[in-house]
This record gives sequence, C-alpha cells and structure tokens, in this order.
Amino acid sequence: MCQPIGVIFRRELYSYFSTPIAYVFIVIFLFISGIFSFYLGNFFSRGQADLQPFFMFHPWLYLFLIPALSMRLWAEERKSGSIELLLTLPITVTTAVLGKFLAAWAFTAIALLLTFPMWITVNILGNPDNMVIFAGYLGSLLMAGAFLAIGSCLSAITKNQVIAFIITLVVCLAFILSGFPLVLDFFSSWAPAVIVNTISSFSFLTHFDGITKGVIDIRNLIYFASLIAFWLFATVALLEMKKAD
Amino acid sequence: METMVEIQKLRKQFGPLLAVNDISFQVKKGEVLGFLGPNGAGKSTTMKMITGFLAPTAGTVIVGGDDIVKKPLAVKRRLGYLPEGAPAYPDMTVWEFLGFIADIRGLTGTARNQRIDEVIQRVNLNAVLHQPIDTLSKGFKRRVGLAQAILHDPEVLILDEPTDGLDPNQKHEVRSLIRDMAQEKVIILSTHILEEVHAVCSRAIIIANGSVVADGTPSELEAQSETYNAVTLTLAEPQSAATDIRKGLAAIQGVAKLIPITENEQQLCYQLVPQNKQAIVTEVSQYVRTQNWSVAEMQVDHGQLDAVFRHLTAAA
Repeated sequence: MCQPIGVIFRRELYSYFSTPIAYVFIVIFLFISGIFSFYLGNFFSRGQADLQPFFMFHPWLYLFLIPALSMRLWAEERKSGSIELLLTLPITVTTAVLGKFLAAWAFTAIALLLTFPMWITVNILGNPDNMVIFAGYLGSLLMAGAFLAIGSCLSAITKNQVIAFIITLVVCLAFILSGFPLVLDFFSSWAPAVIVNTISSFSFLTHFDGITKGVIDIRNLIYFASLIAFWLFATVALLEMKKAD
Repeated sequence: METMVEIQKLRKQFGPLLAVNDISFQVKKGEVLGFLGPNGAGKSTTMKMITGFLAPTAGTVIVGGDDIVKKPLAVKRRLGYLPEGAPAYPDMTVWEFLGFIADIRGLTGTARNQRIDEVIQRVNLNAVLHQPIDTLSKGFKRRVGLAQAILHDPEVLILDEPTDGLDPNQKHEVRSLIRDMAQEKVIILSTHILEEVHAVCSRAIIIANGSVVADGTPSELEAQSETYNAVTLTLAEPQSAATDIRKGLAAIQGVAKLIPITENEQQLCYQLVPQNKQAIVTEVSQYVRTQNWSVAEMQVDHGQLDAVFRHLTAAA
C-alpha cells in the first residue's frame, strides 16, 4: 500500500520540476508574497519583529495560485487519457489520489520553505518569537493542503482545466469569505448566533488566524485535517463513480 | 489448456444507451482473440470492463480465477493493457516512463533493469530512449504503450487497436511481436483491420451493437461467406461459344448458381457458386477437361472475411 503511493508521489513531484510549472509557480509565489508583506502589510513601518504581514496575505495568494496548481491533478489525466493507464495499474484509486495530493502538497511546502529569507530578515532586524513564526508556517501549510484537497476533488469532475480552475477558485473563495466580517455582519443582523458561528467556523480565515497568532489549538488542526480528509475522500468517491468520461 | 479469461453476461449501460449487451466468452492460454466490429460496437467498452477501468452494469469478468470487481488488484497484476490511443505521460522520457511503470508494478533491483532493457530491445525503443514522449511520432508512442503493457510479462494482454495509425512496416513488427508472445499468454486485441485477424489471431469474435454475432477461427468465419468454395473460371474461348458453355457449366453437379463476370472476344469469365458451400472444384475441372476448353485461370474462393463482416454487422 505504502510503496505505490511513494512511486506516484515521486512521479508527480518530478513532473512539476520537469515542466515550467514549478519555476513559474515558485517565482510568482515568492515575488507576490514579498510585495504583499512589504508594501501592503507595512512590514518595516509596523516596527514589529514578526511575520504577521507576511502570513496575513497567504489566504489570498493561495486563492489564485493553488487552483492553478490543482487544476491539472485529474483534469489533465482525463484530457490526455492517461487516467485509463493509471487506474488500470495495480493500485487503488485511494493510492492514486493520495500520491498526487501529497506530491502537490510537498511542492507547495517547497515553495513555502523558499520564503526563508523573510525569516532570516526578521531575525536580523529584531528578536521575533520563532515559535510563533513556526506556527505561522504550519498554519499556512495546512491551509494550502485544504485548498489543494478542494482543488483535487474539483479537478476530478472535468477534463477542462480552466473549468477546474474557476470552480476551485469560487469554492475556495467561499471558504475564505465565510469568516469575513462583511459576510458575518450580513448574517448576524438576522440569523441566530448558532448559524453565524457555524458559518464562521467553516472559514479558513478564522482557523488560520488562530494558528498564525502562535496558538496551535488542536481544534484548528482538526479543522484543516478533517477538511483535507473530506475533500480527498470526495475525490476518491468521484473517481470511483466516474472514471471514464 | 486452461481458461484464463472468462466473461459472463457482461453488460454496460450508459444512461439510455446499451453499449454492451450480455457478452459471454472464454479465452484459453495460447489463444490470440481478435475483437472485430464497427466503430461504436462495444469493443473498447468491453475491454475497459475486463481491465477494471469501467464497472460493468451486470455480469462478471474472471481473470485467472479472480473476479475483477471483487479482487481488482489481483486481476490488474495479471493484466497488461494498451488503452486506445496509447496514452502515457507526455512530459516523461521513454526511459523514465518505463521506470515508473516498473516501479508501480513492483519490479525491483536488477530484475527491474533487466526487464526494462529486454522490453526496450523487443519493441525497438533504443533510438528514442531519452526523448520526452510528447515529441515522439505516433508509431513510437504506440510502441511505448506496448512496452508498458508487456513490461511485467503479464499472463493476459489486452490491446486496444495496437496497430492503429502505424505504417505497414511497423504493423508487421507489432504483429510479429504479438505472434512471438502468443504461446505463453492470453492476448485479446481489438481491430477493424480484417487482414490483421488472419495475420495474428487464432480466434475472432465479431461484435455488433453490443452483442457477439460470430465467434470462431478466422477460417470458420470465412466459411460463412456466401461465396465460400465458389469457383471462378476464366476460359480462353470465343464469345460465340458462350451460350453453350454457360449451359454446360450450370449443369455441373453441385453448382447452384452461375454468375457471368466478363464475356468478350478474348475470354469468358464465370463464377460458379456451389450448393451448401460444398467443394465443387474437382467436378468443375473434370468437366472442363472433358470439354477440352482451354483454361486461362481457375480460382477457389476461400471466403471473404470482410464480406462476412459486412453481412453480420450491417444487418444489425
């Protein structure tokens, strides 16, 4: 069981780097995350030694970049017909889904790790709490995983990558916005508090902010883990149901 | 010989469309089974169900004693499959791709590398080993697909249109490859090239509209041809003798029908169709000798597979 996952994982991860996807993604990720934290996040003028302005923009950055990464996971397999090859090999659908997801996740982890100059900078300039920064990275990685799991599932419904991209973006946006004051205010004016809290509890932002503040609450971890598990399970179910077109 | 593949009442419904309608057959080790049928007859759908890519609506597929639905991994390990169009991962090189397949098939160490080398020799991929697959010609892509399918030396090989889009030389290569492997395996291949059936298949199944309409050796199928054992006779006799000759030929015992093909100054040509497809060539040649006609050409029809094919598939 474990070994074929590794084979799929290696092939997928390798394929990111054998095409321009990896380099384009990483360069743009580093570039935009830098711009956001320095210009929009006032990294310097805040005068605080932390990476709050850096992590603050990650949900928005992921909103556009992750669907671009996840759209190819299954849509491309469908388009090229290689799904027929992959799913007639002696592996289970779960193995294929996990292998591909983990490769994409590992790839975002690599991109995230390459932001280490930010961490060095803030350590040179001041004396930050590195545990909080570590928590920020962990939260960011978990959130990227949730985005990817959503993207994996939605990429399995179509052979058109553009459609996969747009639908993933919309669903991810819904998951971000459900914690936004704008949306919550709209509901809180008439809906009971239970509903408002439920909607808010589905939000990436609520849980992500919690983690980036340095509080690694088990509930936040469970939230992201169960979100990933749910969407991956949905991917498997979808593929089992509809392997061919 | 043991039965390796057993298909029973296999059925596939796509919404209102019944793509495969209760197909049953068995294939024994050493057989090369050709799947014939017009486009859309259900050949590929049947193959996709045998390989576990599509779940059957009803019926069972048993490969080497295991049911594809109950024990998919056990069956998939026994199978090598070349899907239609030979899909692969276009950004990988041939070498990387075969390595990936070998790894996922669980080949390791020296056995893995030996097997990859062997397959590369066998399908002649040396020249393109380090090229990305999307830069390859159609013929090479097809060969990569074949290499991938035979890499783990499977007991059962399913090939969906293995020679489609290849030039005559490449077709020849692929066919001899299939013949070489035939003895120790079960090979099921689909094609709509009828000559291929003669070239490689020991048995053929004709499918039309999702049902089996014929099942037999290529010669048995040809024997269903209406003109089977018919004799085509060309005589170098003057046109003036035509009427007598016709009368004489039609009266030969066993001849059901005489079809004039050409009648001119140089030659007279007739086709003699026998009753009940019996052999009449001896009677015809004896009669011609007694008449002292000079024969320019005489041919026995062994049946036309494409005539049988058209007859069986157009009616449905």
